[in-house]
Amino acid sequence: MDKSVQLKGTAIRESDIKEGKVLSTQWVPKAQYAWDTGVAIGRFLEELKGGKIIGMKCARCRRIMIPPRMFCELCYQPCREWVYLQDWGTVRSFCVSHLRWDASRMKDPFLPSVIELEGSTKGMGFFHLTGEIDPKDMKIGLKVKAVWKDARERTGAITDIRYFKPV
Amino acid sequence: MLYEAASKAYQNAGLEPKDIDGFVNAGEDWTEGHSIADEITPDQLGAVKRPVFTVNGDAMQALISAAMHILTGQMNICLVASYSKASNIKSLANITVMAMDPVFNRPLEENPYFIAGLEMNRYLYETGTTREQCAQVVVKNKKNALWNPSAGHGISLSKEQVLDSPMISYPLSSLDISPHSDGAIVIILAAAERAKALCQKPIWIEGMGWCSDSPSLEKRAWGEAVYTQIAAEMAYKMAGISYPRKEIDLAEVSDEFSYKELQHLEALKLCRKGEAGFLVEEGALGISGELAVNPSGGCLGVGSLLDATGAQKVLEVALQLRGEAGQRQVPNAGVGLAQSWRGIPTTSGAVLILSNR
Amino acid sequence: MGMRKVAVVGAGMTRFVRRALETPKELAYEAAKMALDSCELKLKDVDGVVVGSAVDAFDGFHMKGEYLSDGAGGWRKPFIRHSVGGATGVFSCIHGWMHVASGLFDVCLVLAEEKMSPCQPHPQGAFLTVYDAILERPLGLNLTWIVPQEMNLYMIRNGYRSEDVARVAVKNKRNALDHPAAMMGEELTVQDVVNSEVISWPVHRLDISGTADGATAVVLASEEVAKRITNKPVWVDGVGYNLDTWYWTSRDLAYPVYVEKAARMAYEMAGIKEPQKEIHIAEPYDPFTFKELQNLEALLLADQGKAAQLLAERVFDRDGRMPVCPSGGLLGVGNPIAAAALMKVAEVFWQLRGEAGKRQVPGNPKTGLAQAWGDMMQAGTVVILKI
Repeated sequence: MDKSVQLKGTAIRESDIKEGKVLSTQWVPKAQYAWDTGVAIGRFLEELKGGKIIGMKCARCRRIMIPPRMFCELCYQPCREWVYLQDWGTVRSFCVSHLRWDASRMKDPFLPSVIELEGSTKGMGFFHLTGEIDPKDMKIGLKVKAVWKDARERTGAITDIRYFKPV
Repeated sequence: MLYEAASKAYQNAGLEPKDIDGFVNAGEDWTEGHSIADEITPDQLGAVKRPVFTVNGDAMQALISAAMHILTGQMNICLVASYSKASNIKSLANITVMAMDPVFNRPLEENPYFIAGLEMNRYLYETGTTREQCAQVVVKNKKNALWNPSAGHGISLSKEQVLDSPMISYPLSSLDISPHSDGAIVIILAAAERAKALCQKPIWIEGMGWCSDSPSLEKRAWGEAVYTQIAAEMAYKMAGISYPRKEIDLAEVSDEFSYKELQHLEALKLCRKGEAGFLVEEGALGISGELAVNPSGGCLGVGSLLDATGAQKVLEVALQLRGEAGQRQVPNAGVGLAQSWRGIPTTSGAVLILSNR
Repeated sequence: MGMRKVAVVGAGMTRFVRRALETPKELAYEAAKMALDSCELKLKDVDGVVVGSAVDAFDGFHMKGEYLSDGAGGWRKPFIRHSVGGATGVFSCIHGWMHVASGLFDVCLVLAEEKMSPCQPHPQGAFLTVYDAILERPLGLNLTWIVPQEMNLYMIRNGYRSEDVARVAVKNKRNALDHPAAMMGEELTVQDVVNSEVISWPVHRLDISGTADGATAVVLASEEVAKRITNKPVWVDGVGYNLDTWYWTSRDLAYPVYVEKAARMAYEMAGIKEPQKEIHIAEPYDPFTFKELQNLEALLLADQGKAAQLLAERVFDRDGRMPVCPSGGLLGVGNPIAAAALMKVAEVFWQLRGEAGKRQVPGNPKTGLAQAWGDMMQAGTVVILKI
């Protein structure tokens, strides 16, 4: 399989496609789903609407898990002990992203972060965004607190928390 | 749902997650609404940091893959998980359409049931089977489902009610079509020596076969289920079965659409071409008939579980062979056949022969 | 162990580049035909077919396996498709191995294909749907929001700088200049990589492999058949795979323990006790520069915290003590997800047989390893080949 092997392929240009010299067909998927949240996430979202963050404790390994789940995946046991967590914590990791979900560039970058919330077990992270900080000042170990939407605007969704900001 | 099903399976087998060597899932991204759906599989099975993979196909294909891995000798016990949550899919027809060729077929913007209508028409034409006989399949299966505690669509119907139901894609009427159900099924397989040590009544996989015919609408054989013929030959050969009609005691076959049960029975050589319609009419395929077909109620009675349907069929055959099928128990069941089909627009299916000998 | 021996006897692949004139089915056919031709087999000689493809959403198919089946030679044959995300291509070889090692098949055709370009406006967009529908997607995230967080922790844990990691791109893109299918082969310096625009700090543009369309295929055969077909069968000596929890925020992002577990599973089957001595060439998964180093350490092919140093000392160059990604990897050849990982298996196959042309590593390597990584940074798949 040397460099000299000629693999098939016809060279064309982007303009050939734009000018319709290369035919194509298009399809827009109509994909609609209504996911049942299940008991654990259902409660989690309800609590978010009320301005609180709730996790679940496993009676056997004693991990306090976020997001909450009805069974501990390591002990393989059902869990029933709900535990409220604080809405502040420490940044465990982050990055400074200039791309939106569709790969288009943003002028002001986002700061996706994994945050260890106070009250959850060490190592148990929560994914959200950090804001109100210059990207240059972001560091692991930063203490951050949730910035919530107004109670009237909250709907029971992850976006009820706007982002986390440094304290 | 999967946690519940898996917990029950573990209890039934007397095993824990750490006893399992490998895990296999069955599922497709678009029916989950989640790309790379393999991601969300391990936790509810107790499979975190264990060997896991997903077969994007029928649950029987996943089960067959697990069986093959055991046969290599590298693994001894495997768990196979599948489920359907059709209730969460608001646009199922639009998703099914995406399994069709984007250049030749999708632009026609037809509801995909037309494929079943076309096939049914050709099947009736080639075999002389009638719509009435197909309706009898619906009546039989939905009635069987009344005895099945897991079945959600059991009901007593008359043949006329089926024939009079609104036409969807002639000659397919709405009651000819299986409704959907949500459900999860977990099956645990073990290599021979371990199986004997674990279980009083292991149900043996005697034969496995699977096949895909052409995905293209333009190139497929419309009257016959060739994929089932080939899969069955492979399974019978492995099981050493020469006269299926004599040697099979019960069969769970795909009746996603009423006529499919008949077409599949013929492809399985459980009767001659064109004979299946007469058998159902005569009552020969009832629970205490000559050959019990779909004693569980089939897809028509239990509900179609998308790609998990194959697992439901294996589950029913296994329960029957264990003598645990309650009021729908087929008497003296020794050898059972489970056959699956992935539904429209596919021509893929699998066959498993199970026995309690 | 009494396991039935299985060999790779043929391989083929398409170019990795945007293919606007071919359908996914046609790409599959191109690779499958080339693989069969390479060992002079016909479709009738193939008993079963396995296809791996990572994500249906890229080219807008549901049940993509069904669509690809006839292009991959699966017409009226036993055919199954699997997916473990990015780890698929290497798993394809494992799934095929199961078919033959089980005793059910003598010849199995394995194909991995991915056509990413149809996804508009950009294939990256399809990745939105790999995240949790309820808790993550509403935040509008992108793959570059997650993987760089891993990189951040990894580099801090091991004390690596951007320059250390950038060397992987330099090596691989240079290697790729000698690969006929490569899309991104070029001569670069460490500075070029470090100066390229920041996509998602700490990831720069040249730290990432490019999306492409492509297909790769290999032919697997039982011992008896393999020996009839070729005098250079390459044996599948070890296979391993492992999946970590879906809850990625609770994992140790700096160390992919699931890759280590997959590797140990494969080493055990192959009877390998000292990987650093017994593995001669390695093709770990390199969609991002840091991944090559992180995977090498998790594969136990380099001590933790030492991979960057070995890279700088040229140990991983083609003429080094343990060549890594002699193909050019994903960074150099391109990344049509499933096809790219199987390309690594094909590369080890060609290298062990001395058929890698200008890319050939010297010294007659006997044992090679290919590894891939996938799902939500949670799957590891490993194959060990030996001639």
